[in-house]
Amino acid sequence: MHAEEKMTLEKWPASPEKQTLEAKNKFLGFWLFLGGETVLFASLFATYLALKDKVPGPDHALAKDLFEIPLAFLMTMILLTSSLTSVYAMYHMKNFEFKKMQLWLGITVILGFGFLALEIYEFYHYVHHYGHTFTSSAFGSAFYTLVGFHGAHVAFGLAWIITLMVRNAKRGLSLYNAPKFYVASLYWHFIDVVWVFIFSVVYLMGMVG
Amino acid sequence: MENNQTNTGNATVDIAYRRKKNAEEMRHQVITFTLMIFLTIIAFVAVGAGMSGWFTVPFILLLAAVQVVFQLYYFMHMSHKGHEAPALFLYSGLLVGLITVLAFVTIVWW
Amino acid sequence: MSTYAQKKGFGATVWDYLTTVDHKKIAVLYLIAGGFFFVVGGLEAMFIRIQLAVPNSDFVSAGMYNQILTMHGTTMIFLAAMPLLFGFMNAIMPLQIGARDVAFPFINALGFWLFFFGGVFLNLSWFLGGAPDAGWTSYASLSLASEGHGIDFYLLGLQISGAGTLMGGINFLVTIINMRAPGMTYMRMPLFTWTTFVASALILFAFPPLTVGIFLLMFDRLFGSNFFVTAAGGNTIIWEHLFWIFGHPEVYILVLPAFGIFSEIIPVFSRKRLFGYSSMVFATVLIGFLGFMVWAHHMFTVGLGPIANAIFAVATMAIAVPTGIKIFNWLFTMWGGSIKFTTPMYYAVAFIPSFLMGGVTGVMLASAAADYQYHDTYFVVAHFHYVIVGGVVFAILAGTAFYWPKMFGTMLNETLGKITFWLFFIGFHLTFFIQHFLGLWGMPRRIFTFLEGQGLETGNFVSTVGAFFMAAATVVLVINIIITTVKNEKVGNDPWGDGRTLEWAIPSPPPFYNFKQLPLVRGLDPLWIEKMEGKKGMTPAEPLGDIHMPNASFIPFVISFGLFVAAFGAMYRLDYGWGLPVLIIGLLITFGSMFLRSVKDDHGFHIHKEELIDEDDKGVKA
Repeated sequence: MHAEEKMTLEKWPASPEKQTLEAKNKFLGFWLFLGGETVLFASLFATYLALKDKVPGPDHALAKDLFEIPLAFLMTMILLTSSLTSVYAMYHMKNFEFKKMQLWLGITVILGFGFLALEIYEFYHYVHHYGHTFTSSAFGSAFYTLVGFHGAHVAFGLAWIITLMVRNAKRGLSLYNAPKFYVASLYWHFIDVVWVFIFSVVYLMGMVG
Repeated sequence: MENNQTNTGNATVDIAYRRKKNAEEMRHQVITFTLMIFLTIIAFVAVGAGMSGWFTVPFILLLAAVQVVFQLYYFMHMSHKGHEAPALFLYSGLLVGLITVLAFVTIVWW
Repeated sequence: MSTYAQKKGFGATVWDYLTTVDHKKIAVLYLIAGGFFFVVGGLEAMFIRIQLAVPNSDFVSAGMYNQILTMHGTTMIFLAAMPLLFGFMNAIMPLQIGARDVAFPFINALGFWLFFFGGVFLNLSWFLGGAPDAGWTSYASLSLASEGHGIDFYLLGLQISGAGTLMGGINFLVTIINMRAPGMTYMRMPLFTWTTFVASALILFAFPPLTVGIFLLMFDRLFGSNFFVTAAGGNTIIWEHLFWIFGHPEVYILVLPAFGIFSEIIPVFSRKRLFGYSSMVFATVLIGFLGFMVWAHHMFTVGLGPIANAIFAVATMAIAVPTGIKIFNWLFTMWGGSIKFTTPMYYAVAFIPSFLMGGVTGVMLASAAADYQYHDTYFVVAHFHYVIVGGVVFAILAGTAFYWPKMFGTMLNETLGKITFWLFFIGFHLTFFIQHFLGLWGMPRRIFTFLEGQGLETGNFVSTVGAFFMAAATVVLVINIIITTVKNEKVGNDPWGDGRTLEWAIPSPPPFYNFKQLPLVRGLDPLWIEKMEGKKGMTPAEPLGDIHMPNASFIPFVISFGLFVAAFGAMYRLDYGWGLPVLIIGLLITFGSMFLRSVKDDHGFHIHKEELIDEDDKGVKA
């Protein structure tokens, strides 16, 4: 079965993301990459925990002064929902419903942008109301690096998904691009996994003190 | 092609069967999602209610761990076949990461 | 697409290598670049030894000495040892598992070019205001205070080349998991493949902490953050942890493939199967696992407390157990074998006691209490050179002799090879054995000179003499390579005559698709099995058919070049107005070419059955 072959519903296999050898390699390679990313984020979390609330003087804002439940909750809900919408996209991919897949990916992208916008607002807020910046304290450096790395992953994921959607808009699904969509959605879920830890460890534990 | 799909030889029957299976899985995904939202709300409420840190911290970490398992096994399909190598490497990464975090909260002295 | 058999001009050959995605050519690139950096690092070592040959020497200044010492360590670990091993992994591992290609040929090429540009960037520091001077460990408390851009070269150069290494590691892992020939189960994989597998897994988990550490230090130096600035709440111990969480597995990333090479050489020249194959595999995996639990033994004197020190001391000593299993297995493989003393076998035999000494001093250093005495003395220098030279460099030299015919189709001269061996072996022990005692006599590590009458003169002089022996050995090796290349006497599939594994079943050098028909593997040492049954080669596992191959691409080069440009911009951003635009241009080149790669379909091409049959006819002559 050649990857570039024109597909029909009848020929579409049950696991289109793993049909060709290239696809199997991509699938596995990406999972391994996620294993490495786990360590990368763990190192950032570890650094954050070691530097949490380490500030040069008593007038600097600490975690419990900064974080607020409503904003963190809203961001969490948006990103979690975007995880579900990308599951929907993959559901339609498996059913060979290209239009619906694109629709759900589009919703995922919109939610992703919403999340990113809130994050930018949040950073802006900390900088301008609390003087909590990347350079103001070790705590600030660690906070913006951890959360910013995650934000950069979100931005990269958005660019990736949009590129895939635009590039394949006219030609529909094939065994060549199905694994690409699948892997992009894995990446998106992984971003959400990291966020689960960020909202728990940074925001919630930060508010507990 | 050694794809392990159920094949009756009749394309339309196969498609109908697979669609049904996919739809069923999707229903499970929605249930999973609902549970995740629920766990998230509990975590936020636990913190918002201002309970003691000795309770809330382990509690929200536990909820986070459960959520991550949901993400990995349902949203990322790790419960499906053919995920042995991904699981091995993900857990190895997790182990290395946990040791790193453990070290940084214990032996980064002041 | 039958361009492969034609004679090409020089320009075409260069272009071919710039765009290649063939793992065998990438292997050659790794060997050339790694060999070059090995010579550079060796010259730096010579400068170190010349400076220390006599007391009160002013051959180089103290500041210059710091730069040389830093660059020697950094170059040898990141730019020489690892790439040279990557060269062998690329050249041999896919052949050993009966694969036509690696899993990600494009990413493989990208990994090489990232390493290459990172290495070039790092070494350009010599010409652009001075090299890094805070040691290869670059502890933050010291490196933050270092003036000029030396440390920035270190950070940006290693960040780029580290990304390349990570990609290479993932590529090897997926290749081994997904692309083994029919019948090649995990427990039939040659030991070199196994060690490549475990070393790649270590790369996957060890390089991210380094990436993070380098980012943090880079942010501190170039973007004003405060991770390691104690006045702003920072903590320099974080760097030490991150560096050694990477740095200790790094030792095993280097030494496991070295073990693998020797585990291939010893059975071939003992003409016996490897003793205790499964325990070898088990020991390899166990070393890889334990490698992550021991990093703090580099930090015993930091003051982590007795509990932490005790845990890490015990974990470290535990590694001696699987290593000991390996040593005994090699000895038992030779025991009762009909040993042929070729150049690779010389290295293998010399490796066992040499490496063992490094291991024994390792256990000494692992005793946390005693380590307070050894810490930062020449005893440590002697220890890790016994491990890395006695283990890794011996393996690289042995592998060069052993795999040269497979990679280039011609044998290195055995006499010159043995001369290299003796010069190197004598020089190595002369240089480093005495350093144990220099350390115990109180000579601190990383010191640029010493005074008369401190009792260090003789020892240091002996050590310097030894270094010249090693330099001479390298010269002989280079001469050997030149002579061999000029003569270019072609050899057949199995030039050593006793090959056991799949790579010896195909022509030397192999055709670019490796296996015309994938071989059927019937057990450990598959070629040996066939030989024992009187067959000439492997039984094919499939009928002759079209072979799918990837297209060559220039994009990996461009992506890496973009980061190279961006690194200059990032570094000079605060000094010059052009810094920021250059940073942006560099990133645009990188991301633009990545974008191009992802929107342009690349399905590769097929070699048709008919062409393969034609090749057959021509192949008979060679």
